[in-house]
Amino acid sequence: MSATVQTLEAMERPPVTMSSRLEGELLEVSMGPQHPSTHGVFRMNVTLDGEIVRKLKPVFGYLHRNHEQIGEQTTYLGSMPYTDRLDYFCSMSNNWAYALSVEKLAGIEVPERAEYLRVILAELTRLQNHASLLGFLLSDMGAWGTPLMYAFREREKILDLFESLAGSRMMCDYMRFGGCRVDADDNWLAGARKIVDRFPKFLDEFEELILGNEIVIARTQNVGKLSADLAISAGITGPMLRACGVNYDVRKVDGYGFYPRFKFRIPLGEHGDTYDRLMMRALEMRESVEILKQALAQIQPGAIVNPKAKIRAFRPPVGEAYGRIEAPKGELGFYLISDGGPNPYRYRVRPPSFINLTVLEDLCLGHTVADVMVILGSVDIVMGEVDR
Amino acid sequence: MIGTGILKGMGVTARNFVGSYFEKERLITVQYPEERSPLPENYRNFPFLIYDGEDPQAGLRCVACKICEKECPPQCIYIVKSDDKKPDYMGKPQFYPKVFDIDISVCMSCQICVEVCPFEAIKMDKEFELSKRERFNHLLQRKEELSKPNEYYHGICPTEAADVDAKLGAAAEAAAKKKAVAAAPAAPVLAKPTGPTGSTSAPASS
Repeated sequence: MSATVQTLEAMERPPVTMSSRLEGELLEVSMGPQHPSTHGVFRMNVTLDGEIVRKLKPVFGYLHRNHEQIGEQTTYLGSMPYTDRLDYFCSMSNNWAYALSVEKLAGIEVPERAEYLRVILAELTRLQNHASLLGFLLSDMGAWGTPLMYAFREREKILDLFESLAGSRMMCDYMRFGGCRVDADDNWLAGARKIVDRFPKFLDEFEELILGNEIVIARTQNVGKLSADLAISAGITGPMLRACGVNYDVRKVDGYGFYPRFKFRIPLGEHGDTYDRLMMRALEMRESVEILKQALAQIQPGAIVNPKAKIRAFRPPVGEAYGRIEAPKGELGFYLISDGGPNPYRYRVRPPSFINLTVLEDLCLGHTVADVMVILGSVDIVMGEVDR
Repeated sequence: MIGTGILKGMGVTARNFVGSYFEKERLITVQYPEERSPLPENYRNFPFLIYDGEDPQAGLRCVACKICEKECPPQCIYIVKSDDKKPDYMGKPQFYPKVFDIDISVCMSCQICVEVCPFEAIKMDKEFELSKRERFNHLLQRKEELSKPNEYYHGICPTEAADVDAKLGAAAEAAAKKKAVAAAPAAPVLAKPTGPTGSTSAPASS
């Protein structure tokens, strides 16, 4: 670890107390790839005054894989498996966002059963993403192992469902333009119902384990406060925005898929601190369970793919489209321009976790180094999506 | 009172610890190399080529049309088309792949080659223990290593394989009928769809 000592005249000084008496020397520390964090490869240049963060510069790009350029080189269908690898926790919702924008571009209708399956899979993805996020957050706080393993135990059941339907636990590659790839049989739906019915039991247990815990409260309340104004002007979306009390959910705003058919509430936070962000995930899981129950009760047999949608030699008409969904981490959008060829002319991803990460410095200023990891965990990032 | 939340949390861990001795649901670890959980039928890993009949090379369904090579997103398939035609498993003269290589270190198991193949010639395998001792030659799977019989496909994906056989059988039957109508009556054994020999669930295409 390299550390340089430097003086920053322009920096605002904290009020002089006993601990900051040794002032005048700011320490620049590189937190990042060498840190045993669970969030991929990411570096923060943190300027410290004692233990207080005075400046934080995130450094992205270690995991850059040229995703958008690859998307412009391969066919429309060929980009679908690559979208799995953006946010590898939520491959189903990534697939949906991409399929949605291509369907918008080419004007393809989706059959009813496929829409229901998409809602079911996206909400299952939200459950497992939020559950594992809470586990990771706790392990960042030092509850190493136990909560994460409880969360992963539930996640594993959902991943087993994905595996038996799509053939792979994480790289599902399940949605196709105009529907889904494989039909879910009755056994699968019964299995999904069983898991959904039992999920609230896990949530009760998990909330009892962590949310009332005094250490968790001490570490998270009033840490990393984000104001609603800043969140809106920085383009923050997802649970992080709603934790500030802003009622914005693309499921309600756009009403894509069959979401208008389901009754569910949008949980809102009040303070915008880390505890609210943590709570937001727990509450959203309850609402997802409600959506899943309704969707699994309403789903009817039928076609799962539009017969007009082509697999080979797919060429959408000239035009542009932006499709967006409420991914577990925020608004995930794909912007496509077609010039009539087999490849998109422009392929652009609007990743939620990258944009949510841009306010990291504002969240961390004035907190201690130990809080930086907690705040970073509460932003909910997957580096595969941040760097693309 | 401060501390009750922590104690409650401890209660949860204690319940899980004790419960794991009695409830199967709380103890889900599978001791992998000794125990294995069964793979679901839709599980996919790396592609392989199907052949019908006895001879792995003569019976390949692949006609080297190169669609999969073109559509493969990471471009891991390499095909060289043959110059001559050889009779395929149904007796029809067809091109065949002189070279068919898949680099399994590049393949991302996306199944697009399977979806685009019009001849049902390439399917996904379920074998996942694929560690190799050498970096270069062993990671590049040649045509010989990729070819697997239709019975093997029936073994790993029974329902899907039966569907595929039914589809192929129906297509062959339709072709035979067309031929019989076009040519004079009784074009005997030549066009008869033998289907995959020996497969138990082969369609009853008389």
